[in-house]
Amino acid sequence: MNPAPLDARGLGKRFRREWGLRDCTLTIPHGAVVGLAGPNAAGKSTLLSLAAGLLAPSEGSIAVLGRDPLREPAVLADVGYVAQSAPLYRSFTVAETIEFSRRTNSRWDDEVVHEVLTRISADTKVGTLSTGDRARLALALALGKRPQLVLLDEPFARLDPLAGREFLQLLMDGVAETGATVVIASHVIADIERVCDHIVLLTGGGVRLEGNVEELLESHRILMGPRRPLGSIRGVRSIVRERHGDRQLTLLVRSDGPIVDHSWRVERVGLEELVLAYMAPERLPAPVPPEKVPLRWHG
Amino acid sequence: MIEFHLDPSSGVATYLQIVQQVKEALRLRTIDVGDQLPTVREVVADLAINPNTVAKAYRELEREGLVVARQGRGTFVSSTLSPKASLAHYDRLRVELERWLAIADEAGLDEESIRALISATLRERLARRVA
Repeated sequence: MNPAPLDARGLGKRFRREWGLRDCTLTIPHGAVVGLAGPNAAGKSTLLSLAAGLLAPSEGSIAVLGRDPLREPAVLADVGYVAQSAPLYRSFTVAETIEFSRRTNSRWDDEVVHEVLTRISADTKVGTLSTGDRARLALALALGKRPQLVLLDEPFARLDPLAGREFLQLLMDGVAETGATVVIASHVIADIERVCDHIVLLTGGGVRLEGNVEELLESHRILMGPRRPLGSIRGVRSIVRERHGDRQLTLLVRSDGPIVDHSWRVERVGLEELVLAYMAPERLPAPVPPEKVPLRWHG
Repeated sequence: MIEFHLDPSSGVATYLQIVQQVKEALRLRTIDVGDQLPTVREVVADLAINPNTVAKAYRELEREGLVVARQGRGTFVSSTLSPKASLAHYDRLRVELERWLAIADEAGLDEESIRALISATLRERLARRVA
């Protein structure tokens, strides 16, 4: 069995006094399309930078395709990384940009980048491309290496819905072509839920939720019913989130069997709601302007 | 050729939506034995979904004996799901359903209420059959 595309053990990174990532332990399976979710500053970018060999861990370890990306940078030939800003030389033409990548990579596949060129003129200066076309070009350059692992940092942040969809199409076609494992960092689940079959939810305190999307959706349910004191419910392993309305009680639960109690209406849960529920306990209270909040002792 | 569509809010796994749409097309006879399903690349390009998901849906259909994958050529329908009812049955049922829907419309039921009524009635009927 080949080593996992990405494997982290107790991985952490400290920037001066603040931790950018802590207690990150996870294994990404082969061929998965992984959604790396989490609130801002949860460590998504830090994790990707560590995997791309751009940062050194402060604690723990990370292995990419079984190798340490810092000590054995040769492994990076198999990693396609697109940073959040998708940095490209603005004064290069599209053709020059592709030529540059072709020469600086030991392995190169023109077929993959061809798809992008059908829509963009090769003489166009990169600086004048639309945001969507620039994102597609950056992706094509990453896929042109025929990497085994593709790391994308918030690729949808600046794309409108149509450009986002086109970006996904190009990415998924690349996956169909190369069989690469993909990790997409995104704080918007709706952008990635179409494609990801594995989810990793990072919060400040480490990996909060990880697993196969289908299995996770299968093992969680929403229960709705009249308000009542909460005892144990058959088929429910744990309660992830509870919401108390005036008369209604809504639970999001992790189940370990069928829930047959007819006093509850049982519904399936979508990925976005599931992730938000796991994120919620970590969520900070809504910011309030400080001058309007008088200091007061409670209790 | 069958075209798939996705409803991300349905809570139904994407691969299952594809499986269900193939089955529905088989039941309604819009595709038949020998017809080809779109290739994985075509579905991926069309829907922007994970190729693993399409492959999984096709494997599931194959496991159920509804399609066969022919190496290098694609996936083909090998079995049908509407054995007893003839096309004439379907046509007659559709006409009667149209009539029923017109009555529901007149009574002021909206789409949601119609769906709810149909699925609740169907559920009760199935429950009676089990009991």
